[in-house]
Amino acid sequence: MRRFSTRSLPPRLADLEQEIKGYAKEFGLDFYEVIFELLTYDEVNMVAAYGGYPNRYPHWRFGMEYEQLSKGYEYGLSKIYEMVINNDPTYAYLLESNPEVDQKLVMAHVYGHGDFFKNNFAFQHTNRKMMDEMANHATRVRRLIDRIGIDKVEDFIDRCLSIENLIDYHSPYIKREPSSQEGSEETPVRGLRNDREYMGEYINPRSYIDDLQRKAAEDRDRKKRFPERPQRDVLLFLLDHAPLEPWEQDILAIVREEAYYFAPQGMTKIMNEGWASYWHSTIMTTRALKDSEIIDYADHHSGTVSMRPGTLNPYKIGIELFRDIEERWNTGRFGRDWEACDSLAERQTWDKQLGLGRQKIFEVRKHYTDVTFIDEFLTPEFCIDQKLFVFDYNDKRQTWEIASRQFKAVKEKLLHQLTNFGQPIIEVVDANFENRSELLLVHRHDGIDLKLDDARHTLQNLQSLWRRPANLYTRFDGKSVILRFDGQDHSDRKAEL
Amino acid sequence: MSLKIKQDHARFKAIVRGKIKQNLRKFIQKGEMVGKQGKDLITIPLPTIDIPHFRYGAKQQGGVGQGEGEVGQSLGPGQEQPGEGDGKAGQGEGQHLLEVDISFGELAEILGEELQLPKIEPKGTDRIVTEKTRYTGINTVGPESLRHFKRTYKQALRRQIASGTYDASRPVIVPFREDRRYRSWRTTPQPEAAALIVYIMDVSGSMGDEQKEIVRIESFWIDTWLRHHYKGLAARYIIHDAVAREVDRETFFHTRESGGTMISSAYKLAAEMIEKDHPSNAWNTYVFHFSDGDNWSADDTRLCLEIVKERILPNVNLFAYGQVESPYGSGQFIRDLRESCNDDERVALSEIADKEAIYGSIKEFLGKGK
Repeated sequence: MRRFSTRSLPPRLADLEQEIKGYAKEFGLDFYEVIFELLTYDEVNMVAAYGGYPNRYPHWRFGMEYEQLSKGYEYGLSKIYEMVINNDPTYAYLLESNPEVDQKLVMAHVYGHGDFFKNNFAFQHTNRKMMDEMANHATRVRRLIDRIGIDKVEDFIDRCLSIENLIDYHSPYIKREPSSQEGSEETPVRGLRNDREYMGEYINPRSYIDDLQRKAAEDRDRKKRFPERPQRDVLLFLLDHAPLEPWEQDILAIVREEAYYFAPQGMTKIMNEGWASYWHSTIMTTRALKDSEIIDYADHHSGTVSMRPGTLNPYKIGIELFRDIEERWNTGRFGRDWEACDSLAERQTWDKQLGLGRQKIFEVRKHYTDVTFIDEFLTPEFCIDQKLFVFDYNDKRQTWEIASRQFKAVKEKLLHQLTNFGQPIIEVVDANFENRSELLLVHRHDGIDLKLDDARHTLQNLQSLWRRPANLYTRFDGKSVILRFDGQDHSDRKAEL
Repeated sequence: MSLKIKQDHARFKAIVRGKIKQNLRKFIQKGEMVGKQGKDLITIPLPTIDIPHFRYGAKQQGGVGQGEGEVGQSLGPGQEQPGEGDGKAGQGEGQHLLEVDISFGELAEILGEELQLPKIEPKGTDRIVTEKTRYTGINTVGPESLRHFKRTYKQALRRQIASGTYDASRPVIVPFREDRRYRSWRTTPQPEAAALIVYIMDVSGSMGDEQKEIVRIESFWIDTWLRHHYKGLAARYIIHDAVAREVDRETFFHTRESGGTMISSAYKLAAEMIEKDHPSNAWNTYVFHFSDGDNWSADDTRLCLEIVKERILPNVNLFAYGQVESPYGSGQFIRDLRESCNDDERVALSEIADKEAIYGSIKEFLGKGK
C-alpha cells in the first residue's frame, strides 16, 4: 500500500486538509494526527473488505466482502465515501474520483470520528496501535498456514468467528474479582461439643480438626460448579480450558482480541456517526463551503442522513439527537423547572439563554455509549419529530408493519436493540454438565427466541472446540429446552435447570 | 495489497463452487436457475455461506424505524429484514442471502465434474469462427518485448566460443545485435465445430404443466452442457401431436394441444430438417425427444423406428429419448425403442418420473460423451 511508500496527497487536497483541520481545531475537536490516503475505488473496496486495515490475516470472508462491495459499486448501489481507523495516528481514506466538495465533507467527517475515538470512554482500552497489531496477526496466521495448511487454518477460523460475539462487552470497564479463590479461605469446622475449654486439646485434637477441615473442603469442591459463576466471555473460557492445540489457541486469541477491539465501535455506532455527521455539517455550513458547492453538498449530506422506510439510520438519529441536546441545553429545556412546567405556551417559548449546548454535547460524547445516550436523551417530543415507530412481523399478513408510535414502546425497543449489540446474552455456566465434562451454555432469554438453525450450527462449532458434547439451554415458543450436539447428532429435550 | 485480496477472493469463489456442487442436485430440480439466467451469467442464491452465530430470529425481534405511516400499515413486501440497519454495527452482521454470479461455462464445468460427464469430441470441423495467434518459431528480427532470452544467450555463447573470445574463467556473455532472437507467430484460422440441438416434444393432452416444466429444466441443463463444448450452438424446436410443426422456443414450452399422438410425424420432420439444412459432415447434431410414451398405434411406432434407424441415427451424434411420466401415458414407446436400438452407441434413453429424476436423466443423456 501507498502508506509504506512516501505519503503525499496531491497539493490541492493537502491544502484542503490543512484548511479543514484548522476549522476542526477551531471548534475544539481533539484528535490524534490524521493521515489521509487517496485510493482508487478498487483499492477502497479492498481496504473496506478488510475492515479498513491494509493488512489482515487471510480469510475467505474478506473475499466475500470484497465481491459484494465491488458489485455494489459496479451496479451503482453503493459507494464508500469514508473509512477511518481508530489508531494513533488515525488513518482515513479518500476516494480518488470524488469531487472536491465531497473530499472536504469527508475530511470534516473524519475529524469528527477522530475526536470521538480519542475521547469517548468506551475506546479508552482499545489498542491504539491496532494497525500494527493487525499486521502482526496477519503474519502469525500466515505462518500457521504455511505450517498447517490453509484448509485447516481457515476452517478453524470459521469456527472461532462463529462465536466471536460471545465476549463480555463490559469486561474492559469493570474490575471483577478473580474467580478462583483456591485455598484462600479456611472452612470453619466445629469439632465435638466441648464445654470445658481446658479439655479442648483432648476432645478435639489438632489432627482431628484438620481431618474435618480437609473433608469439608473436598465436599465443597465437589459441589462447586466450574466455572464458579456464569462466564460471559466464552472465548476466554475456551482459551483457558478447552483442549486446544497451541496453534488453535493462537488463532482463538487473535479472533478474541479483534472482537474486543471492534466492540466499542459497535457500542457507539449511533453516537459516533451522529457526532461525525454533526461536525461535517457544522464545519461545512459555517466555514468550508463555497457558494458553488452548496447544491452538491446538500445532495450528498441528505443522502447520508436519508431514511429508508423501516430502517433506522444511525447517522440520522445520531445527528438529530446531538442537535436536540444542544438546543435543549442552549435554551434550558431540562432539569426540574422544565419537567414541572405544564403550560404548553410557556414550554413553546421556553428560553433561558443558557448557551450550554456546545459544552453539553462535548460532555455527552465523552461519557456515554448508545444505550445510555438513548436512555437519557430520547424524549417524547424527539420521537414525534423524528417519526419513530416500532415495527413487528405480522404472521397473518406476512408483512412487516408499524406496530406502535408510543414513546415508551419505541424507547424500549431501541434499548433492547442496542443492549449487548442487539445480540442474545449467552454464558458458560457449567463445563462439567451432568458430570460428563459436557459444556453447558445458557441463553438468558429476554422474550425473543434464537434463530434455530443458526443456533444448531453454532453449537456444532462449540462442540468441535470443546471436543465434548455442547449443550445450550434456551426457550422456544415459551418452552424450555436443552439443545445438544454430541459430535454426530443434534438432539433436544425439554428441561428446567 | 491487490494480491492479498485476490487470494481471499479466490478462496471465497472456491467455497462458492463447492457449495454449488453440493447443492447441484437441488438446484437442478428446482428450475430457479432457468428463470434467473441473464446473458452470460446466472445468479444463484446461496443461503448458508454466512458464518453462523447465536442470533435472534428476525420475525420475533422487530425493530425501530423512521418515517410516515399509520399504526398497522405494512412496510412493504420487499423488506426482508428491516431491523438490519441498526444491528449491523461493528462486526455483528445481520444475516443476508448471498447471491453469486456464475458464468454458464463454469456452471457447465461444475455440472460435468459432479455428474462425471465425459468430454464431448466434436466430429467434423467446419465453419471458421475464430483466428488464433500461435507462436510458431524463432526469428532474427522482432519487437524487444518478444525477445527470447535463452536463445539469444545461446546464440551469443555459440559465437563467442566459435570466435575464441569465450573465457571459461570469466564466463561473461555479451550478446551482439546479430545474436538476438525473437519469437515469431502466425495467425491461424481456428475451425470451430458447429452444433445443432433438435428438441422434439409431445404436446398432446396428456403432457401436463408439470411434465413440461421437467422438459424445460432438463433442456436448460442440456443447453448449458452442449454450449460449453460448442461455440456456435443452434437449436430448433418441433412440437407434435398427430401432426408435427416447427416452432420457436417460447411456443415450444407453452403450447398445449389435445389431439392424439403420431410420433412419426415429428421424426419425419426432424429427419428432413437435418438432411436439408444440417448435413452431418458439417454439423454435430443432437436430437432430444420428450414424450409420455403413448403413441397412436403400433404401426406408427414401427414407422418411427424405421426413421430413427435409417434417417436419423446416421446423421447425428446422439439421439436421446426422455420419457416423462404422466398419469395418462402407457409408457410403451421407450420399451419399443429399447428393444430395437438400445445397443446403438448413439442412442440414450431415460425415464423421468419426476423433478428429482432430472439429475439422473441428465447423466444418462450426456454420460455417453457423444
